[in-house]
Amino acid sequence: MTDSPRGHAKCQIPLTVNGKSLTVRAHAMERLLDVLRQELGLTGTKEGCGEGECGSCSVLMDGVLVNSCLIPVLQAKDAKIVTIEGIATGKPLHALQQSFLDCGGAQCGICTPGMILASMHLLSKNPQPTMEDIREGLSGNLCRCTGYMQIFEAVMEAGIRGATT
Amino acid sequence: MRSDPADFELVAPGGLEAVLSLLAQEPGAWLPIAGGTDVMVQYAAGKLPARKLVNIWNLSELRGIEVFPGEIRIGAGFTYTDLREHEIVGREFPLLDRAARWTGGIANQNRGTIGGNIVNASPAADSLPALLIYEAELILISIRGERRIPYTGFHTGYRKTQLAPDELVRAVCLQRRFSEYHAHARKIGARNAQAISKVSLAALGLLTDGAIRDIRLAMGSVAPVPLRLTETERILKDKKIDPALVQLAKTTATAEIKPIDDIRSTTKYRAAVAGNLVAEFLLRLNAGTTKT
Repeated sequence: MTDSPRGHAKCQIPLTVNGKSLTVRAHAMERLLDVLRQELGLTGTKEGCGEGECGSCSVLMDGVLVNSCLIPVLQAKDAKIVTIEGIATGKPLHALQQSFLDCGGAQCGICTPGMILASMHLLSKNPQPTMEDIREGLSGNLCRCTGYMQIFEAVMEAGIRGATT
Repeated sequence: MRSDPADFELVAPGGLEAVLSLLAQEPGAWLPIAGGTDVMVQYAAGKLPARKLVNIWNLSELRGIEVFPGEIRIGAGFTYTDLREHEIVGREFPLLDRAARWTGGIANQNRGTIGGNIVNASPAADSLPALLIYEAELILISIRGERRIPYTGFHTGYRKTQLAPDELVRAVCLQRRFSEYHAHARKIGARNAQAISKVSLAALGLLTDGAIRDIRLAMGSVAPVPLRLTETERILKDKKIDPALVQLAKTTATAEIKPIDDIRSTTKYRAAVAGNLVAEFLLRLNAGTTKT
């Protein structure tokens, strides 16, 4: 993301990422996903489809689950972003992450950060979700490894353990 | 090929007035972007014709819902999540609530807006058949002022609308007169979640002494625009539902739609399913088992 000799100038965009206030210099139409990964080095957020279908780029923006591939970074101005790197800092893991490990809810790992963020959003609205609630809450997140059941069980387990925040 | 962000301009001039002034200065030059669930997909694929975009996400003037005794006015910036969480929408406009639940996954519901769904003008859009049969009206706004028009006829052709280049949709108005109706909705897609429809149906019916007092049918993905099945409605009105009438409704509906072959389905499949969905609705209406 170097300045190209042509095209529109970059702008300064203040935002908070994982509790840290910072200002990024980017083109207004740069995707939040690219800013997170390339400018800020937060590569836990993955790119899958790049068109809002797979959920692997899920982050929380002002507490709301969004696909960061569909957010022009200008729309994240002054927003509070939480990525997978902001869920736990080192050890211990967040209770939700621990549930994923305990239930076998993570395999190749590409969908996992998005699954965790979508589950965080679900649990924040619905601390004790039913299996049906979980299926709906994670319906925008695709996984090609697990067959989903271990993921659903992990979220169910996290609800039981009270992993709401 | 992916778009280069340096080729694009995106501005956030502030409130609604400032956005409308910008649209009026260079009509047609600026593409409004709200939740980005359609615009950013085209952008990522390098298929966005516009090079200048203006932010309308979170404009407070577009975000609320106004409730009157006889009508609700839903701000164009109302998201699918907002629709799902609104008590009156859930109770009195179940077809719209259902459409909001069908649209994308939770992340897309958090960002996609009803105004965006209308202006994006996809014949497969989930909320549009519902708006047709609730006979929604749209409030359009520009610096020239506001105008209120019926939603019926807003789509003038494939992805074409009556919106002037300097206008935005400000609100969607729904009359609160459908509580008594039986509502029924079906979406046929490749999977339950995150699928774009092959065929969809939104339907309302009212029976008196077993005869159809009023019936409203609209379908998605069967024509260049979301389609109200006016001819099928006409032949059903005041009739009692019996096997012969169901057959006639199937034939009429199949003749009324104009499905195509595309990446998601075929003309033949869509025609067969469209007829079956209408038949299913009539049988359920008669049995009192409609569902949304």
